[in-house]
Amino acid sequence: MFPIARSSVLRAARSQIYPSRACNQPSLSALARLLSTLAVLEQRDGKLQQSSLSAVAAAQKLGGSVTAFVAGKGVKGTAAAEAAKIKGLEKVVAVDNEAYEKGLPENYAPLLVDNIKSGGFSHVLAAHSAFGKSLLPRVAALLDVQQISDITKIESEDTFVRPIYAGNAILTVQSTDPTKIITVRGTSFQGTETEGGSAEIVDGTDPNAPALTEWVSEELTKSERPDLGTASRVVSGGRGLKSKEEFDRIIVPLADSLGAAIGASRAAVDSGFADNSLQVGQTGKNVAPQLYLCAGVSGAIQHLAGMKDSKVIAAINKDPDAPIFQVADVGLVGDLFEKVPELTEKLKSQA
Amino acid sequence: MSALRILVPVKRVIDYAIKPRINKAQTGVETAGVKHSLNPFDELSIEEAVRLRERKGPLSVDNILALSAGGPKCADTLRTAMAMGADRAFHIDIAEGNDGPEPLTVAKMLKGVVEKENINLVLLGKQAIDGDQGQTGQMLAGLLGWPQVTQASKVDVKDGEGTVEVVHEVDGGTETLKAKLPMVITTDLRLNEPRYASLPNIMKAKKKPLEKKTLADFGVEDQRRLKTLKVTEPPPRQGGGKVEDVGGLVSKLKELGAL
Repeated sequence: MFPIARSSVLRAARSQIYPSRACNQPSLSALARLLSTLAVLEQRDGKLQQSSLSAVAAAQKLGGSVTAFVAGKGVKGTAAAEAAKIKGLEKVVAVDNEAYEKGLPENYAPLLVDNIKSGGFSHVLAAHSAFGKSLLPRVAALLDVQQISDITKIESEDTFVRPIYAGNAILTVQSTDPTKIITVRGTSFQGTETEGGSAEIVDGTDPNAPALTEWVSEELTKSERPDLGTASRVVSGGRGLKSKEEFDRIIVPLADSLGAAIGASRAAVDSGFADNSLQVGQTGKNVAPQLYLCAGVSGAIQHLAGMKDSKVIAAINKDPDAPIFQVADVGLVGDLFEKVPELTEKLKSQA
Repeated sequence: MSALRILVPVKRVIDYAIKPRINKAQTGVETAGVKHSLNPFDELSIEEAVRLRERKGPLSVDNILALSAGGPKCADTLRTAMAMGADRAFHIDIAEGNDGPEPLTVAKMLKGVVEKENINLVLLGKQAIDGDQGQTGQMLAGLLGWPQVTQASKVDVKDGEGTVEVVHEVDGGTETLKAKLPMVITTDLRLNEPRYASLPNIMKAKKKPLEKKTLADFGVEDQRRLKTLKVTEPPPRQGGGKVEDVGGLVSKLKELGAL
């Protein structure tokens, strides 16, 4: 008798702990109310970074209440006000202090820790961007939590899916930590509505931790093009372009004709054909556009890791055995110096 | 500040050029009989440590300690690190078979090493190419309360006071940060080009001290916070075949709704 009783008690207990696995819906929504997520948003000069909105999208998938967090110089009138318009947010916690303007993790992490503690959040999410990658592990360590990086899917409140081995394996992982600290892959969580909300903006706590690091300068590539991480079309070049001059001559007009962002393989970046920040792959950017059109890219594992979730992949390469053709929906074997300009002309004449 | 005492944690991972295979039980990736090497980002951190010594900047390099945690084969990885120029090595012995310690555990262990060995600069790779987590350096800096710079592409020791200027890669470009030692830096691809270990150096590395340690020596337990539920293949993607010419390419893209 006893074992039976025990197992039913266990089952009851489990259904409390893991709402998604319980079959009765009411308990799920009851638990969802206990779920409260802090979505850490990145701002630059008072403007919200679009890429960081994936944290909100993921938080909304989790269910429960969603609070956004922004910090920096004068953010209450700018980035926080912008964040308050995001649909579905309960409130926006803002910390107005110039010390956080550059998002330096040494003082930003203690700031977040204080606000996580005072808000009693069960989940803290940020985009897996340079900012999120640098900041969140530090926050996790301060909270004694094992972070989960770059998730692509939420299975339940404690179970998440993330790619490992350059996307060659998909790991489903369950966290036993009381607070979940997570970075999310931007291309997997999209569709945040930036209008229609009217969240309340509240002051966060400010521990005024020392900065430790001094921000000296930055050098950002200025461009009118759509952002590589979120563009609906990406045109990308590889080693086959041979030089920076050729890269600019061949790839840029093609991107212009499609209104696409420009990406590059590691080989192209290492050879100086394109800027580092344009690298697509395991250690560069992850993209998942409607169209990924690449020329002179062989398709190494590390590159595929960054683009194989694209809706349609098209490749132009002179080597018919290049691995890129194994994933491309459309492949054209030929000399890119001939084919790409021809394609550009064709697209222009149709526009 | 008199000299740099550098710690370079390294990881033995499946070689970057090998496509990993999922095991039948869906618990992980097949590692037996698969070529392993030094995590590429860790090669960069050893190289940078050695270059800091060779550069003869305002601060001399007193010692470069390489460290790896894992099964017995980690010793090979550490010999490679010493052949590249590390002076000595710690092998933290952890039973093979599980996925290895989690970044938080590694960070706690490294904190112990930093304190015991009086380290003032830790150079780590920005991520290991197996777990792709990119956390350990930041976690260590957090636990130590030290400045951190992730994804460094240039490291410059400015003065004898231990001011270090680091250029690092951010979304959309680079950013330059300045901090005082002690600090933690994680390396990005563009930092340097790692050297090959020469045969004489490989021979010399065999004589360099390699100490075996355990997590317990640094007061750390291999406690796991994350439970692997399963490891699966990513959904396969089927190539759609080839077209003859540019016209075919355009019409196929239209057909697929991409144009």
